[in-house]
Amino acid sequence: MTDEIKVKMTDVRKAFGKKVVLDGVTLEVKKGESLVIIGGSGTGKSVTIKCIQGLLTPDSGSIQVDGKEIVGMNAKELESVNAQTGMLFQGAALFDSLNIWENVAFGLIQGKKVKRAEAKEIAIKKLAQVGLSADVASLFPDELSGGMKKRVGLARAIAADPELIFFDEPTTGLDPIMSDVINDLIRSCVKDLGATGITITHDMSSVRKIADKVAMLYKGKIIWYGDVADIDRCHNPYIEQFVNGRADGPIQMEIRG
Amino acid sequence: MNIFAPVGRVFLNFLRSVGRLTIFTLKSLSFCVRPPFYFRTLFSQMVEIGFYSLPVVALTTMFSGMVIALQSYSGLSTLSSEGVVASVVELTVTRELGPVLAALMVAGRVGAAMAAELGTMRVTEQIDALTTLSTNPFKYLVVPRILAGIIMLPVLVLIGDVIGIYGGYLICIYKLNFNMTNYLRNTWNFMQSVDIISGMTKAAVFGFIVTLMGCYNGFYSKGGAEGVGKATTNAVVVSSILILISNYMLTELFFSK
Repeated sequence: MTDEIKVKMTDVRKAFGKKVVLDGVTLEVKKGESLVIIGGSGTGKSVTIKCIQGLLTPDSGSIQVDGKEIVGMNAKELESVNAQTGMLFQGAALFDSLNIWENVAFGLIQGKKVKRAEAKEIAIKKLAQVGLSADVASLFPDELSGGMKKRVGLARAIAADPELIFFDEPTTGLDPIMSDVINDLIRSCVKDLGATGITITHDMSSVRKIADKVAMLYKGKIIWYGDVADIDRCHNPYIEQFVNGRADGPIQMEIRG
Repeated sequence: MNIFAPVGRVFLNFLRSVGRLTIFTLKSLSFCVRPPFYFRTLFSQMVEIGFYSLPVVALTTMFSGMVIALQSYSGLSTLSSEGVVASVVELTVTRELGPVLAALMVAGRVGAAMAAELGTMRVTEQIDALTTLSTNPFKYLVVPRILAGIIMLPVLVLIGDVIGIYGGYLICIYKLNFNMTNYLRNTWNFMQSVDIISGMTKAAVFGFIVTLMGCYNGFYSKGGAEGVGKATTNAVVVSSILILISNYMLTELFFSK
């Protein structure tokens, strides 16, 4: 781990209509570090990473990746920034019309102009890395189980050897054992690549497994940031409530949105 | 409550959609001429629109040609000008019914499918996934579909014209006992190049409308299954209306003196 900063968000604000989702988020992620953002549903976790990827444009504030300002970047520059990132989506978001290896190799074939035969070889290698055999390569996404789809999504995210990988609720909807498998894979993939990871989740077992640093988002603000080891002894009432999953405490769930 | 508020809201929403559609259209058109081009998807869309719509278009134009022959005969025979039937069939099919009916059929078949496909890709985050794999979703999804529509609809209409005229011919020869040679000579002599050119131009414009509306509605659909359903309905309804309106305008442009 170096002291180089990979992603830097400064006072990022984003509102949809009257609903303020991000209310001044400031965050730094060092190169090679794995940051996990935790928080309840609807606290702006997804919006945060979508802003970093340029899928959403913040209303104000600055976001830098490798020192380059993302906000206000044109589509072409953004494409070259995205070429160095990967993302595992919550629902895997595999392309239904393409088979598994074409899905994994998509970024290589379309983005990096790798030849199809060569891309297929890389795809099969990446599938093996996430524990899938070459047999699944020619299947289609709807023939796979949820856990397998997540693995394929992971293989696709790491296919182009990205420097920055996002994980959007990687274990949601999986059984505890498969969750652990995915957590292990995330850990090992990020380590092997020496990549920087940003994960959003509300699954505490993933937090403990994946995270180097943890940031907690509540009502559009980072209310706690620190080492993963500190979450159990920080005595922050918000963190304590979240980690232990209690209904009563300083965090009040908005029953009506 | 202020009674002007809902009126204003509807009006502002209308302006917002018009603006968004305009930007979408301009963006799509500008990406049509900028590399990279996705020939593989362009080809599969051309097959989808051109080849698989052929049976529906053939049936509609065939029966329309037949019905025009019957109706114009029942009208014109009272004026004892049966000889004009051939030219009536030729004119209506090539100038109006061929392009309009083919476009409406393609709107129901292809426009709806595009809206549903792109809508599902939107709500399952597949469109976001494209961006993260440094592929521009406009270039990869929208441009091939729109180009395929503009290229293939004229081809479909040309085939539909032939089949529609043949339908009229069948009725006149086998049911109304016309002289075959006279009928064909009449058809050929009445045919002007402007009939075909106007029909083809209309077809290209309709192809653009159908695919643009399919892509636009799908691209911006939101809210899960219900949203995709709405997008599909909108795509078909709006493109059908636009086809009929623009048909009038193009007719005015070509034939009013």
